[in-house]
Amino acid sequence: MGNYLGQGTLSFYNAPSVTSYAAAVGPKEGEGPLADCFDYIAENADLGEATWEASESALQKKAFRTALQKGGLSENDISFIFAGDLLNQCTSSAYGLRDFSIPFIGLFGACSTMAESLAVASVFVESGLANNAVALTSSHFCAAERQFRFPVNYGGQRTPTAQWTVTGAGCAVVSPHGQPPYVKAVTFGKINDMGVKDANNMGAAMSGAAYETISTHLANTKTNINSYDLIVTGDLGKVGSGLLFDLFNKDKVDISKVHKDCGIMIYDLEGQDVHSGGSGCGCSASVLCGYILQEIAQLKLKNVLFVATGALMSPTMIQQGESIPSVAHAVHIAAQ
Amino acid sequence: MFMDFLWAFIIGGLWCVIGQVLIDLTKLTPARILVSFVVLGVFLGATRLYDPVVELGGAGATVPLVGFGYALAKGVRLAVMRDGLIGILTGGLTAAACGITAVMMFALMVSLAFKRGDKMS
Repeated sequence: MGNYLGQGTLSFYNAPSVTSYAAAVGPKEGEGPLADCFDYIAENADLGEATWEASESALQKKAFRTALQKGGLSENDISFIFAGDLLNQCTSSAYGLRDFSIPFIGLFGACSTMAESLAVASVFVESGLANNAVALTSSHFCAAERQFRFPVNYGGQRTPTAQWTVTGAGCAVVSPHGQPPYVKAVTFGKINDMGVKDANNMGAAMSGAAYETISTHLANTKTNINSYDLIVTGDLGKVGSGLLFDLFNKDKVDISKVHKDCGIMIYDLEGQDVHSGGSGCGCSASVLCGYILQEIAQLKLKNVLFVATGALMSPTMIQQGESIPSVAHAVHIAAQ
Repeated sequence: MFMDFLWAFIIGGLWCVIGQVLIDLTKLTPARILVSFVVLGVFLGATRLYDPVVELGGAGATVPLVGFGYALAKGVRLAVMRDGLIGILTGGLTAAACGITAVMMFALMVSLAFKRGDKMS
């Protein structure tokens, strides 16, 4: 069993393995720089379904089934499935996973769900109370637009700071210690509110949470930024990443040396006209499960701190004039 | 005739430029910008300041949402002249009825003829 290092940080003694993983994405993501890393690229964003919400469920199921297949597992081998998404009541997860007979634990962490689900799944496996635990999440551009802004049919214009919700799903299966990648430690973040009210600038809203969780994790595990070859945030985008660097510069730490952001990695910012970069649960999920975990398994990356950030607002709260509180969860994934 | 098109293009285009500048440089949401355009149109219509712009720009002045506000103001003014103060309530929507109904009809026709697609950029 692991240790509680305080302030949300747990270090794992047994270090569970992420035994198999898969990423399923939409056509736009399939034209981006990481296209070759994804297990499945949909030809059409609707995946043949009648509604965008059903399309997102289909994408999640695709990622899940592919991860099972890659790991030589069947749904009977899975002890628990931890899943969530951006939609009201997490419907794309619930409606997709009703096809499976697996104990379901629904999570809401907004865009931090991949880190949150991976961390919780790892805790269950580390404690010896689960054999194979699945972490699963997704987002879909059109479903998210309908949820948070306007249906795409409305034809509204996007601002320069806006991010593009990734149509993508990522699934990671966590099992007792075996082959790399290993989950060595996690930090569950606290809710952080920078007072940002602009729903078109979520990168700025989330940068404070990322800074706080990363700093807490480094302090509690007694590591520094040089202990990692990559500290990757979920979707701060260009604007949010810049703010993150500023926050760390105040501590005289230059995090830009090891930092990357999934929202900037998944799209060609210039060529694909995505303004400030990608966002959504599926952003960090597909980059983690399509690219980063593979790099660690092949020992090209040794120590990665995966920090997905989530903006915990709802359209109702924004209309009531509230600001956007955020949370960030960190997972240390290593090659040995 | 060519000058009609040119002025329609310039005046309609200028409203679009103003809208785009507001999106790029301010935190105003698109909904707020559109509502502001309507309110501005009501003001410009009520003060008769917009009449020469409509004269010059034609559809370039009336099609943007500012033109909708202008139509509301003009409708209220004419209805008050004809029917008295009750015109304050009846004038706006009756003047805008053609535009509103046309928009609903076009939207219905398009939604019946085409399947919704993904947004490209």
